[in-house]
Amino acid sequence: MEEKLTLFKNRKRFGIEKNIDIIFKNTALVLSSFVAIILLGIILVVFFQSFESFSRYGLKFLVTSEWNPVKDEYGAFTAIYGTLVTSFLSLLITIPLGVGTAIFITEDFVPKVVREIIGSFVELLAAIPSVVLGLWAIFVMEPFFRAFFVFLHNFFGWIPLFSTEPTGRNSLLAILILVVMLLPIVTSIARDSLNQVPKKLRNAAYGIGASRWKTIFSVILPAALSGIMAGVLLALGRAMGETMAVTMIIGNSNAFSWSLLSPGYTISSMLANQFGEADGSQVSSLFYAAFVLMILSLVVNIFAQWLVKKFSLKY
Amino acid sequence: MNSLYYQKRLSRNIGDKFFTSLSVICALIAILPLIFLVTYILIKGGSQITPELFTLEPNPPGDDLDAGGINPALVGTLIITTIASIIAIPVGVGGGIYLAEYSKGGAFSRFIRFGVNVLAGVPSIIAGVFIYALIVSTKILFGSMYSGLAGGMALSILMLPTVIKTTDEGLKLVPNELRYASLGVGASMYTTILRVTLPSAFRSIATGVVLGIARAAGETAPLIFTALFSYYYITGFGDLFYEMGSLAVLIYNFALEPYDAQNKLAWAASFILVLSILSVNIFSRILAAFTERTKRV
Repeated sequence: MEEKLTLFKNRKRFGIEKNIDIIFKNTALVLSSFVAIILLGIILVVFFQSFESFSRYGLKFLVTSEWNPVKDEYGAFTAIYGTLVTSFLSLLITIPLGVGTAIFITEDFVPKVVREIIGSFVELLAAIPSVVLGLWAIFVMEPFFRAFFVFLHNFFGWIPLFSTEPTGRNSLLAILILVVMLLPIVTSIARDSLNQVPKKLRNAAYGIGASRWKTIFSVILPAALSGIMAGVLLALGRAMGETMAVTMIIGNSNAFSWSLLSPGYTISSMLANQFGEADGSQVSSLFYAAFVLMILSLVVNIFAQWLVKKFSLKY
Repeated sequence: MNSLYYQKRLSRNIGDKFFTSLSVICALIAILPLIFLVTYILIKGGSQITPELFTLEPNPPGDDLDAGGINPALVGTLIITTIASIIAIPVGVGGGIYLAEYSKGGAFSRFIRFGVNVLAGVPSIIAGVFIYALIVSTKILFGSMYSGLAGGMALSILMLPTVIKTTDEGLKLVPNELRYASLGVGASMYTTILRVTLPSAFRSIATGVVLGIARAAGETAPLIFTALFSYYYITGFGDLFYEMGSLAVLIYNFALEPYDAQNKLAWAASFILVLSILSVNIFSRILAAFTERTKRV
């Protein structure tokens, strides 16, 4: 016994083991800082590559819509406008649908098993690659909606938004495919935040005689609002950056038009279309457009994170 | 007395009925197209599957009716995703270990966690633009421009946030008692992490990582100007430094071709891509539900 104790006392960690420990910790530290390095790298590289175009056009780049590699004149207004319009309008359609669906699967209208199946099905859809959605949009959605677009143009053509003759691919189709992409995101995040509202709140509201929907509108939704808002902002970021499905269905035309029924452009579809073949100052202008897209999505994402931190667990 | 009974005509009850039907309609509008979409892809794509599809090269688009197969794209997707995993998994797991095990919630770790979330929100095409500027246009990889290697690097940027996040969260769920026990019997920090905490968080980390890989396999935007596309068989190691096809880029290119044969190939490739991604997702979901149940018992 005595012998064993002294044995323990003299047992020290070998130098090599100590060193391994230190090396292990520092490796992990370096690996974790890769995230910061990559993030800063992306921002710096895209900024410096766009420098030539930036110094030539300045902020004028954002408001002119000339994109002419022959004359070497570049302005990204059409693409920026397209990015903002498609993402905001698609979100406008998605929010009521997504939140409505989320309420449907968090309330007890149908048995729990059915709700869980619907919930996980919606989540599975978020996994479908956007290029496949684009393929589907080209061959199924576009023919399906053609007659409807002609109807829109004939009856609402006096509104600038529907003022052009629909000819195949257009911005409205891009908006609709974005709705299909965003629905799973908004629905699943809204469902999670509705589920996190404490049961006590609901019981208290029922207890003082509120009806089901009075409870939902005055108690449950306000309590879940910050989570839902964060989900909406994440979806907005996704919509602005979404490339493949939009590129395949929006028609890719730089001619500016107010009409949703005419082919349009977004920043990401412009990048996808032109980056491979661009040279000279066109490359720099594309990098400038990429920089604008990155800033837009960074702002939205950071705002979403701030919102979550600021308003979470207030009740 | 009457007020004790449910009255249909009361405005609050009418309102309730109205909103309930509204939410049912929302759910129907949201879910029916999605069900239609999945079944359409599976049926339309599944009907194009033939054995030759897996062995042949695609023919260049043109008037000849036979489109060939998608073997190079299939192999290319496997190779590019493997490269991305080889880069992203060690970096991500290492970073996650630092965040969960070593950091004490200081400014650095908060900044990294914030950075992970921001990086997760960076549009995927920006990752392609970045790798194009850094690797493709500078020809830094032994003089090769567009290459499967560059494509894998672009995808790894998209995988990295997912891997770090799942590692970080998986390790945080490991009860502290396990760490105390291990450190208490004299194990060093790295032994504790490698032999105790990491193995006990293995399943949740693996699930997250596999889901991240499945997502990366379907990404197209980062590949269209880093890996580009190729019609030819991948025969050896050297092909890593040349243009490499992938299922996703094949779908993009062939969907926009005016020829029916190429479009059918795009549907077949979609079928394979969607089926593998969905089955990975469903399998990991079942696995997660199963672990949950065994833990509770």
